[in-house]
Amino acid sequence: MASRIQIPATKYPVERFTLANGLRVVLSPDRSAPVVGVAVVYDVGIRSEPEGRTGFAHLFEHLMFQGSENLEKLAHFRHVQGAGGSFNGSTHLDYTDYFEVLPAGALERALFLEADRMRGPRLTEENLRNQVDVVKEEIRVNVLNRPYGGFPWLKLPPVMFRTFPNAHDGYGSFEDLESATVEDAQGFFDRYYACGNAVLSVAGDFDVAEATAMIERHFGDVPARPAPALPDFAEPDLDGERRESYVDRIAPLPAVAAGYRVPDPIGAFDAYLPFSVLAEVLTDGDASRLVERLVQRDRSVTNVGGYLGFMGDEYQVRNPTALLLQAHMPPGGDAGKVLDTIDEELDRLAADGLKPGELERTQARMATRLLHGTDEVLGRALPMAVLELQRGRPELLNELPKLISEVTAEQIVAAAATLRPERRATVEVKPGAGA
Amino acid sequence: MTSKTLPDLVPDAALTLPRQAERKLPNGLTVIAIRRESVPLVEVRLRIPFGRAPLAPATLLSQALFTGTGTMSMLDIAAELQAVGGSLAAGLDPDRLQISGNALADGLARTLEILAGVLTGATYPGEEVVTERERLVDNIQVALSQPAHLARVALLKRMYSTHPYAVQTPAPEEVHAVEPEALRELHADRVRPGGAILVLVGDIDPEQAIDVAEKTLGGWTGEARDGGVPPTPALQPGPLLLVDRPGSVQSSLRMALPALTRTDPDYAALTLANLVFGGYFSSRWVENIREDKGYTYGSHSVVEHFVAGSALLAAADVATEVTGPSLLETTYELGRIASLPPGEEELEQARRYALGTLRLGMSTQAGLAGLASVYAGFGLRLDHLREHSAALAAATREQVAEVAARHLAPSRAVTVVLGDAEKIEAQLSALTVVERSAQ
Repeated sequence: MASRIQIPATKYPVERFTLANGLRVVLSPDRSAPVVGVAVVYDVGIRSEPEGRTGFAHLFEHLMFQGSENLEKLAHFRHVQGAGGSFNGSTHLDYTDYFEVLPAGALERALFLEADRMRGPRLTEENLRNQVDVVKEEIRVNVLNRPYGGFPWLKLPPVMFRTFPNAHDGYGSFEDLESATVEDAQGFFDRYYACGNAVLSVAGDFDVAEATAMIERHFGDVPARPAPALPDFAEPDLDGERRESYVDRIAPLPAVAAGYRVPDPIGAFDAYLPFSVLAEVLTDGDASRLVERLVQRDRSVTNVGGYLGFMGDEYQVRNPTALLLQAHMPPGGDAGKVLDTIDEELDRLAADGLKPGELERTQARMATRLLHGTDEVLGRALPMAVLELQRGRPELLNELPKLISEVTAEQIVAAAATLRPERRATVEVKPGAGA
Repeated sequence: MTSKTLPDLVPDAALTLPRQAERKLPNGLTVIAIRRESVPLVEVRLRIPFGRAPLAPATLLSQALFTGTGTMSMLDIAAELQAVGGSLAAGLDPDRLQISGNALADGLARTLEILAGVLTGATYPGEEVVTERERLVDNIQVALSQPAHLARVALLKRMYSTHPYAVQTPAPEEVHAVEPEALRELHADRVRPGGAILVLVGDIDPEQAIDVAEKTLGGWTGEARDGGVPPTPALQPGPLLLVDRPGSVQSSLRMALPALTRTDPDYAALTLANLVFGGYFSSRWVENIREDKGYTYGSHSVVEHFVAGSALLAAADVATEVTGPSLLETTYELGRIASLPPGEEELEQARRYALGTLRLGMSTQAGLAGLASVYAGFGLRLDHLREHSAALAAATREQVAEVAARHLAPSRAVTVVLGDAEKIEAQLSALTVVERSAQ
């Protein structure tokens, strides 16, 4: 085994301030390439949408692109792309983000666009109906018309959780989407899209003083509105194994996913972090425990993955969340047997501990992936915005490689010992396409 | 309501290319090393000519390349790479075997040592190969249930007929029949340094990185077999090919149109014509069938380049009940771009987008590595970015209109629609001649 490699860290500078209207701002300058990333995140996501309005947070994300106070429909897209940039947005369990990456000279334009829709999107009947249609096609292309659509992120939560915020379908039912009204949208905006409920972050090639002046200029007059009270979505841990299955009409082969509750990612970060490393010990690459056992030795699965957070956003999610393991199987595969083997491997890890070098090499690979992510301006702007929003600690992004490298073998073993069958929720995909 | 003005753009500074070095090693391998020290990593891309390789064994070889050498097991290879933060994986396209990965910058030498061990000593152990073979069969099975894959399979067949590019995924039973010995033979025959290109990008000194590559990969030798592929045939427009997928809740609309190679003098103009038509979100096609009519979540057109030819591919997945209307609007937008010059403002917008995204693509180590490697595969170097940028900046409305008339006219399109034939055949037949695919 090679001698232990030094885990490097990043030193991206972080400047934070809050405007008079309550908008929090994070700046991370880096002059090494002439590009900027701009992100605005709002502290509202799938878990906050009201009953009878499944999919609304995501539908609303679409409406934020449909024009605003000073911008016609289509103008946002044209102004970003006409400046040489790209844009997108995404809806998560606990936040909704909007972002652009552009040549550095387009920074002020991006700030103007984001400020304009923070003051007020154009919520019209025509735009709403158009985007309901677009979202239905999005659900068809990503879920209904595709094998394993929504597996496991839409399929496991209803098995694992009992409360509407945690358990419901974040893409939404067609019925709920179709019955959404402009009044619902206005109410959602008024409640959640307050500047006091948002963080703006900018990473990349800019001068801090100039960018600060631009931000004051464009966001300074957004009317002050406070954030709504942060809900608590906590619910009790499982008190017995829960197993469900469903037939996927077009899937040719079986699959299974299992989730185990993990400590509060924010309130108990020290206890949470070892689970992040454990997921990689179990599934990162051919030398990991479950790949070696299930794929190579037993051939009982064709691939297996493990991660924290239903959307893979492990450091950008609030409590409650889970460690997920998911596996696809060969024809005739037996999910029960796969789960039993996982239990056996977890027992072995808990009883015998890690092998020499196993933890270090996993940490080295995790560091590479973190660094790779932060090489993009949006790979800094987006997570820093969410880390500010949820923890007031955007600089945590720089600290993660070191914190991961400090996780000990004892912590991994202790974490593995908590992944018991009686605390597990699983969902099985039964192939409907006649494998 | 306040009225605010859109801020002006600050003009871009001149395009600067990163520090780089290149050397052709005595074994025939070309090494290109580029410094971008933004994070302490190094990106690795190796392209080995693989044209006309037998499809099933070549696909399995790409999946089983890292299953063992004379001195290392599959587990050793994975663990030793991981120990330097590294990971390598192989993939196949109709022209190349490609190995890609990254590692902590301090792990470059070790990563290349392991890579060299695999290139010169892969053994394709029986058990591991059989495992990979059955996984590949399962993966192909899953691909065959995906509408996007099935639509592409049908389109490629229609575009390329008997040309080697016509089939890019082997049948499950062909893969199932491949024995480990076939991989050893194919490796001995084709995994050779002649004509191969290694690109290294990251927090490295370019000259030193090439020295490391020369030292570690110098023992990889052997004659390369000619992997040349004959030029692709001209597209033959004909009836719309309807592929039945009973119960499908969407229709996958795919079109191929003629295109130009990266170095053609008209290529920049074609790039712009494609953007205005359907190549980015602010295109006419997206604004029409998504933002105006809500027929689709997304539509996109792109020029796809292979060594033996280029083609323009357009794709949209649309609601079953509006399959006909979606084809109508698509044909309308193709007809419009082929018949009338683009507006001045919309051309400027597409031009700024094209120039801006080139810069964005260069701003990360992985982006640079991908670009440098792709360019190198076509005999180009990073300085081609300057030439292409200049051509994009210079293309006129007239040139864009002229190239669009030649390439984007709907009469030139090869069209495939995959969907529930019962529900969509009549809709499509109202617009064009439809031929059902033989199942």
